[in-house]
Amino acid sequence: MAYWGGGGAGGWSGGPGGGPQRGRGTQVDMTTRRGIDGWDYDDLGKVYDTALIRRLIPFIRPHKWRAIGALISTVILSATSYAPPFIMALAVKRIIGSVQEGTPESLDQAVADTQFYGLLLVALAGVMFLSAMFQRLMTGYIGHHMLRDLRSMMFAHLNRLSLSFYDREEVGRIMSRVTSDVVTLQELMTSGFLNVLSDLLGLTIIIVLVYLLDPVLATVALAVIPLLFVFMVIWQRYAARAFIRVRQAIAIVNANINENVSGVRVVQSMVREETNLEHFEALNDQNRRMNLDAAKLQASVMPLVEVLSTVATMLVLFVIGLRAFDGRVTGAEAAGLALGFTLYIQRFFNPVRDIVLQYTMLQRAMAGAHRIFEVLDTEPAIVDPLGAVELADVEGRVDFEHVKFSYIEGVAVLRDFDLHVEPGESIALVGHTGAGKTSVTALVNRSYDIQGGRILVDGHDLTQLQRASLTRRMSVVLQEPYLFSGTIRENIRYGRLDASDADVTAAAVAVGADEFVEQLPNGYDTVLHERGQNLSVGQRQLISFARALVADPRILILDEATANVDTHTEKIIQRALSTMLKGRTSFVIAHRLSTIRSADRIVVMRDGEIVEVGSHDELMAAEGVYADLYRMTFTNAGSEDGVAVPAATH
Amino acid sequence: MSIATNPDAPVLLRLVARAWWHRSMMFASIFALVGASALTIAAPWLTGYAIDTGLGVVTSTNLAGDEVTSVEGSMSTLMVTIGLLAAAAIGRGFFVYAQTYLAERLGQTMAYDFRNDIYERLQRLSYAYHDKAEIGQVMSRATQDVEGVRMFVNMGVIRLAYVVVLVAVSYGLMISANAKVGLIAFAFVPVVAIQASIVTMKLRPIWLGIQDLQGQMANVLQENLTGQRVVKAFSRAEFEQQKFDAKVDTLFHESYRTARFQAFNEPFLQGIWLLSLAVVFWFGVIEIRAGNMTAGELTAFQLYLTLMQVPVRSIGFIINIFARAHSAGARVFEIVDARSPVEERADAKPLEVTRGEVRFENVSFAYDAQSPVLHDVNLIAQPGQTVALLGPTGSGKSSVVNLLPRFYDPTGGRILIDGQDVRDVTLDSLRTSIGIVQQDVFLFIASIRDNIRYGRPDASDDEVIAAAKAARIHDFIVSQPDGYDTWVGERGTTLSGGQRQRVAIARTLLLDPKVLIFDDSTAAVDMRTEFLIQEALRNLMRGRTTFVIAQRLRTVMEADQILVMRDGEIVEQGRHEQLLEAAGFYRQIYDLELRDQEEAAAAAVLEGAAISEGGGA
Repeated sequence: MAYWGGGGAGGWSGGPGGGPQRGRGTQVDMTTRRGIDGWDYDDLGKVYDTALIRRLIPFIRPHKWRAIGALISTVILSATSYAPPFIMALAVKRIIGSVQEGTPESLDQAVADTQFYGLLLVALAGVMFLSAMFQRLMTGYIGHHMLRDLRSMMFAHLNRLSLSFYDREEVGRIMSRVTSDVVTLQELMTSGFLNVLSDLLGLTIIIVLVYLLDPVLATVALAVIPLLFVFMVIWQRYAARAFIRVRQAIAIVNANINENVSGVRVVQSMVREETNLEHFEALNDQNRRMNLDAAKLQASVMPLVEVLSTVATMLVLFVIGLRAFDGRVTGAEAAGLALGFTLYIQRFFNPVRDIVLQYTMLQRAMAGAHRIFEVLDTEPAIVDPLGAVELADVEGRVDFEHVKFSYIEGVAVLRDFDLHVEPGESIALVGHTGAGKTSVTALVNRSYDIQGGRILVDGHDLTQLQRASLTRRMSVVLQEPYLFSGTIRENIRYGRLDASDADVTAAAVAVGADEFVEQLPNGYDTVLHERGQNLSVGQRQLISFARALVADPRILILDEATANVDTHTEKIIQRALSTMLKGRTSFVIAHRLSTIRSADRIVVMRDGEIVEVGSHDELMAAEGVYADLYRMTFTNAGSEDGVAVPAATH
Repeated sequence: MSIATNPDAPVLLRLVARAWWHRSMMFASIFALVGASALTIAAPWLTGYAIDTGLGVVTSTNLAGDEVTSVEGSMSTLMVTIGLLAAAAIGRGFFVYAQTYLAERLGQTMAYDFRNDIYERLQRLSYAYHDKAEIGQVMSRATQDVEGVRMFVNMGVIRLAYVVVLVAVSYGLMISANAKVGLIAFAFVPVVAIQASIVTMKLRPIWLGIQDLQGQMANVLQENLTGQRVVKAFSRAEFEQQKFDAKVDTLFHESYRTARFQAFNEPFLQGIWLLSLAVVFWFGVIEIRAGNMTAGELTAFQLYLTLMQVPVRSIGFIINIFARAHSAGARVFEIVDARSPVEERADAKPLEVTRGEVRFENVSFAYDAQSPVLHDVNLIAQPGQTVALLGPTGSGKSSVVNLLPRFYDPTGGRILIDGQDVRDVTLDSLRTSIGIVQQDVFLFIASIRDNIRYGRPDASDDEVIAAAKAARIHDFIVSQPDGYDTWVGERGTTLSGGQRQRVAIARTLLLDPKVLIFDDSTAAVDMRTEFLIQEALRNLMRGRTTFVIAQRLRTVMEADQILVMRDGEIVEQGRHEQLLEAAGFYRQIYDLELRDQEEAAAAAVLEGAAISEGGGA
C-alpha cells in the first residue's frame, strides 16, 4: 500500500545535482549543476504553503460548479461510506434484542427491522456508487483540464521570455516543469485535496458516531490518538529529508541517461562504454538506496497503525466485557457495541493512514507548484509597450545610435556602437570571435534590449514598435540550421505561414535547395526526422535559407550562415546570395572572403567597437586592421598585431 | 534463451521472469505476505470468538423466551482472546512492514536492472539506431516507462496475490462457518472479476495512446525551447502555441477518457462491496434468527467483508498497473531488445595496428535497401598517409569514414586495417585505435579538463595540458577564470565552434590513435581560429594514417592522395597537381569551389606577404 510513484514525476532534471566532482581519476561528472543565477530548488521540502495554494485557486475558478459538485459528492461519499457500521450496530442491538424477547410481536418487529436496515444498506450502496462516480467525473475533468490550461499557459509564457532566459536555463529543466511538475499539481488539486478532505470528514464522522454510540467507550477507543500524533510528528521530520533525496537521486540518474544518449557518438568513438556504465551503475544504485530508505520509513507506518488499532480494540472489548460481566449491559447491547466499535476502530485508522500516505504527494506537489510558479513568475525582459506602433511595411533603414549593450551587467559587449544603414544596403561585419558581431545582429530584431543609445528601424525606436510587425519583414539565418519536425514544405513555410506551394518552391529554387529536394523520394513532403537529422547540415541550411527567403524580408541577417556547410552547399548559396541580398537591407557575418568583399560596406569590429568602415578596396588601401586580418587568413604569417597566435614550435 | 530475454514472449511474462532473477526477495516478500494475510484473517475470527465466547452472547437459539444471561462467557477467556488479538496485530504489523519493504525493494531493483540495461543497450547500439531514435521518446521510456514497470511486480503481481489469497481464505472461512451466507457473500466476487477484466481490455489501448501523445507533446515542447532563436526571429510563438495546444488538447481528451472509465469502474467495485455487506447482513440476521448463526459470526463476516474493501477497491488500481506495465514494458523492451546491426563476433581478437595501413576492398553500403550510398569502393591508405575525401554532399564521404570504426557495417566487400578485417576484431580495440574529430562537436557537461580526458580518464594533468597546447586551445583555457576547471556544455561557458573543435582535437590527441578521421566540413570559424585549427590539425595528423573530409584547399593540397567522390563512387584519385591536370570532376570542383581560396591567397602574395608552406610562423 506504500506507493508514491518514486521519482516518476520528478522529470529528468528537476532537482539540484550533487556538486561537481573534481580531482584526479574522477569520472566526468554529468550531474546537473545548481545554477548561479538560475532557479533555486531549496523549497523542495515544504509540505504545505498557503501562499502557493492561494495562487492555485484561479485555475479552479473556471470549473467552479464542477468543483462544488465534487465537494458535495465527497461529503455524501464520506457519509455513506462511514455510516454502515453505525447502522449495523444499531440494527444488531435492536434485532437481537427483539429476537431474544421472543414474543411474536418482537419477532415481527425483528423481521421489519431486518428489512428496513437491509434496504437502508442497499440504498446506501447505491448512493455511494453514484456519489463516487460523480466525484471522479468532476475531479477527473477539472484535473485534466487544469493540466491542459497550465501547460498551455506555461508554454505561452515561455515563448514570451526573451533569449537571455534561454541563454541561462537548461532546456531539460524547463521541460520537466511543463511535463512532470504539472502532473503532481494536478494530482494535488484533484485526488489530493479531496482525499485529504474525505479523510478528515471521515475522521469527524467516526468520532461523532462513536460518541453517539457510547461516550465512555469512544473516549477509551480514541485514547491512543495522542500517541499516533506524537509518532507522526517525529516521522514526518525524517520523511521530508528522505523524499527530497529520492527526487534528487532520480534527477541525477535521468540527466545522466539524457547526456549519454545525446553524446552517444562520442561515447562510442572514445570507447567509454564501460567507464560510463560503471559510473551510471553507481548513480543508479544510489537512487535505489535512497528509495529504499524512504520505503523503510513509509512501511514503518503500517506496524504502528496496526498496533495502535489493536490496542484500541482490546481496550474497548475489555471495557465491554467488564460491563457485561457486571450485568450493566445485556448480551445484545454488548454484541452491538462490540460490532460497532471494532468496525469503527479499524475504519478510523484508514483515513489516518491515508493522510500519512498523502504526505509525500503533498510535499511533491508543493515543490512542483513552486517550480511552476517560478516559470510563470519569470518576467519577460522584452514586451511590446502599450500603444506600440505597428509597422505596415518595412523600408529597411536601420540606425544604431551610440548603442551600449551587455549580456551580463558590467561586461560590455558593445560600447558606443554607431552605425547608419540605408535601405537595401548590405553590411558585412568582420572581427574576431567576441568582437560583438552576433550581438549587433541579435539587436536588430530586438532579441535583447540595449542598455544605452537607441536602435531605429525606419526611424522608429525599436522599443516603441510591435515586435511582430518588425519580424514579419525580417529574416534570420543562423550558423546552426534549426529545423522543426514536419515536412520540408512545412519548414520552409515557417517563414510565412500563408505562403502557397508555389511560393515555397520559388523560394527553394531561388536559394538552390530545389535541386536536392526534388531528388528526395517524397520531394517537398519528405518528413524530417528529429529536426532534420536525415539531411546533411548543408541541406538543412539550404532549407533555412529558403525559409528566410519565403518571408520576402526587407531586412536579412546572415549570421555565419555558411560557416557549417560543405563547400558544395556554400557554392550554391554563394550563387544565390546576390539575388537574396538584392534590394534588401542585410547584415552578413561570414568567414568567406568573397561574401565579405561583395558587401556594400564592411564594418570591422574589435571589442565591441567599430574600428574601420568601408568597402573592401578602401579598407585594403587603408592598410589597417582589415588588411591585416585579410592577409593573416590566407597566409600563415602572423601579422604585426600578433593576434595572439601561439608559436607553432614542433 | 530464457523468457526474460526472449523478445517474442508476452511482455508481462517477461517482466515476471525478470523479477524471478531476484526470487529470494520475491519469496521473502511472499512469505511475509502470507504471514500478514493469515494474521489479517485471524483478527476478525478472534474478534468474533471474543464476542461469542468471551462475552458469551450465545443466546440466539433460545427462542422460547428464557431469561438470557449475558455472563455465559468468562473474563479469563475474554482476556486470553484479547491477548491473542494483540499478538496477531503485532505479528501482522511486522509482516506488513517486511512485505512492504521487500516488495518495494524488488521493484526498485527491477527498475535498477532496467535502467542499467537501457543505458548499456543505448550506448552499444550502432549509429543506425541513433539516427532514427528521438531523444524525447528514448527519455520517456527510460523514465516514465521504467516507473510503470517498477510498479508492476510490487504493486501489481504481489498485491494481486495478496488479494487472491485474502479473498480465497476469507470466503473459504465464511463458507465453512455458514455456507448459505458465505456463498451469498462470495457471489459478488465474479462480478468484480468480470468488471475488472473488461476494464483492463478497454484501458490498455488508451494508455498506449496516451504514452505516445505525451512523447509527442514533449517533442513539440523541446523543439520550441531549443529552437527559440528561430521561433523568435520569425515571431512564430502563436504558431507554436497552436501546435502545442493541439497536442495538449488531444492529451486532455484521451486522459479524460481514462478518467471516465475509472470514474465508473472504481465506484462500481466499491458499490458492489457495500452491496455485499448489506446482503450478507440481511441474510445473516435471518440466519441468526433461525439459530444457524451467532452474533459473533455475523460480526466476523462483516469484518471479513470490511477487510475485503481495500483489496476489492485496489483491484481497479491493480488493473491499471497491469495495463500500464504492459504498454510500458513493451516500450522498454523495445530498447532492451534492440539488436545492433554491428555486433562483435564471439571469437573476435583485439586489433593489432603495426603500420596503420587501411584498405577498402569492393565496399558497398546502404542505410536501407532502397538507397545505396556506396558502391564498390576500393582504396588503400598507406601507413602515415593523409587521404582527403572530396565531393558534393551525399556523395558518401561520411559513410566511408563511418564504416572504418564500424559505426555501420558495409553491405558488401570488406575493410582491412593492417590486413585484419574490422569485423573480426573487438570493437573496443578497433575504436581505441581510431581517433575521430566529428563535425558536430559534442562536449559533455563537465569541466574542460574532464572533457579533454574523456577517452582516457586516467590521463594526468600534464598530459591534458600537453594535448591542449598541441591543439592550440591551452591559451584560451588558461585565460578563463576557472582555467581547466571551467564548465562547458549547457549552463556552462559557451564555447565557439572553433574552440569546441580544438577541444575535440585535444581529446583525440590524448587517445594517441593510430588512425585518424577528421571531418573538416566545418569552417565555422573566424580567420584567426581557422589558422589555429590548421596548426592543431597538423600536430594531430603527424605520423598517423588520416582520413580527412576536406573543405579547405590547403588540406586538400597537402594530402598524399585525394579521393574524389560522386554518388557513392570514387571517380578520381591522385594528388592535387595530377588531378588538376586530368581536368575531370576534381578540376570542376576546384574551379567552382576551391579556387576562390587560392585566389585570395594569391592576392595576399601580391600584396607582399610571405606564404609559408610548411606551417608555423
